[in-house]
Amino acid sequence: MFQTVLNALNQGFLLTLALFLVTLAGALPLGLLVSFGSMSRFRPLRYVMRTIVWIFRGSPLLLQLFIIFYVPGELDHNIWAFSSGRFWAAATAFILNYACYFSEIYRGGIESIPRGQDEAGLVLGMTKQQIFFKVKFMQLVRRIVPPISNEIITLVKDTSLANSIALAEVIWAGKKFMKSDGLVWPLFFTILYYLAFTGLLTLFFGWLEKKLSYYSV
Amino acid sequence: MAMLEVSHMEKRFGNTEVLKDISFSLEKGQSLAIIGSSGSGKTTLLRSLNFLETPDAGTITVDGQLLLDAAVRTKASDKEIRKKRLRFGLVFQNFNLFPQYTALENVMLASQLLAKERPDYRQNRREILEQIRTRGVELLTQVGLQDRLDNYPHQLSGGQQQRVAIARALALDPDILCFDEPTSALDPELTGEVLKVIRSLAERNMTMIIVTHEMAFARDVADQIIFMDGGVIVEQGPARQVIEHPVQERTRRFLSRYQGQS
Repeated sequence: MFQTVLNALNQGFLLTLALFLVTLAGALPLGLLVSFGSMSRFRPLRYVMRTIVWIFRGSPLLLQLFIIFYVPGELDHNIWAFSSGRFWAAATAFILNYACYFSEIYRGGIESIPRGQDEAGLVLGMTKQQIFFKVKFMQLVRRIVPPISNEIITLVKDTSLANSIALAEVIWAGKKFMKSDGLVWPLFFTILYYLAFTGLLTLFFGWLEKKLSYYSV
Repeated sequence: MAMLEVSHMEKRFGNTEVLKDISFSLEKGQSLAIIGSSGSGKTTLLRSLNFLETPDAGTITVDGQLLLDAAVRTKASDKEIRKKRLRFGLVFQNFNLFPQYTALENVMLASQLLAKERPDYRQNRREILEQIRTRGVELLTQVGLQDRLDNYPHQLSGGQQQRVAIARALALDPDILCFDEPTSALDPELTGEVLKVIRSLAERNMTMIIVTHEMAFARDVADQIIFMDGGVIVEQGPARQVIEHPVQERTRRFLSRYQGQS
C-alpha cells in the first residue's frame, strides 16, 4: 500500500513541479515587462499597468484561479476544454499573479540603482539597452534575489491552490486516498514533499546570494 | 581654430535660470578650470556639454563641427547623440564606477560594446578584444593602478576609484575630457593622487575642462579660468591672472574665501 501511495504522490508532485516551473518561466520575464510598463513615462500605459498590478495583488489568487478557469465556460467559450486545460488555466492564473508580484520587486530594484550608473553609461556612449543589460542588470539581480526567493518559496505552497479546480497535483493525489481507501495519512504525508522542496530552494538561494556577493556596492 | 566653442548657452529648470548667455572657447591642448560657488551653474554647464542636459538656447561646436544648436528642435536620433557624446568624456564627482566589474573591466566595457558595431568585428574579434585589453592595461598603468587591474571598486580607496574613472573616460579617446569636482568626494589625503593624474594629463596636452574648488590647483594646472556666479560667466582669463589679479569685485570676494588655502 505504501508503495501505491508513494507512486500516486510522486505523480501528483510531478504536476506540482511542472506548475511551479511553468509559472516561473512565464512570470519572471513577464514581470520585467510589467515593471517597465509601470515605470513608463507614457502615462496611460503606466496607469493601466499599475491598475492591473493592483487587481492581481489586491485580490485572492484562489478567486483569480476560479475566474480564469470558469468564466470562459460560462461565456460558452471554454478555452480550457482540452486534456491539460486545467493545468494551463492554473498556469495562466499563477503566471499573471506572480508576474505582478515580481514586477513590483523589479521596480523597487531598478529604482534603487543610483542615477549615476545610467549617466556613467550614457557618457561612455552606451545605448539604453546596453546600460540596462550590461550595467544595471547584474546589480538588479543582486538586489532582488532575497525578495524574489521569498516569493518563489511562497509559490511552491501556492501551487496547492490548483487542487481547487481539480488539478491532480500532490495534495489532490493525497486527498484521493481518503475517499477511495479511507486513508488520511497520505494527505498529511504530502507535507514532506513541500518541506523537501522548499528546503532545497532555501539552500539554493543561500548559495546564490553568497555567489553574487563577490562585490559590494 | 578653437577645439571647443560654446556660444550663448542658456538653460532653465522651471523658473530658475541656471545658465545665462554662456559663451567661451577652448584651444586644443589647453585646460580650462571653472570655479564658482555651489549653484553657480558650473556643473549644469558641464552636463550640457556631455548631453546629460539639453540647453534651451545656444550652440556647441567641437573642432569646427556644430554638435548642438538648441534652436534646431529636430529630435536627434539616439545614435547621433551617442556619437556626439563621444567627443567628450566626463569624470564624475562620485566616480560612478560599475560595482560588479573589476577596474580593468570598467575601463574596457564601453570600448568592447562599441567594437561590436565595427563591420570587421566578427572576423577580427580576437585581435580587437586583445587591443582593447592592452589599451586598458596601459591606461590603468598611466594612472598608477597597474597592480589593481582585477580589483573590484569596493576594494579600492576613493582616490584609486577616481583614477579608474579617469582611465575609463580616457579609453574612448575623447577630444575634451571634463571633470566635475573630481576630488570633492575624497578625503584630503586622497585628493593629491587624483590631482597628480590630472596634472600629468595637462602636461600631455589633453584638452580638459575641470570644475573644481581647488584654487591652487586651478591656478597651477589650468591655462584658462572661468569664474561663474548665478548662472553667468563673471570673469574669464588666463589662470594666474584670474586667481591673483581678479578684475571683478565678485571674483575677488569669492577668492578671498579661499585665501589661506595653499
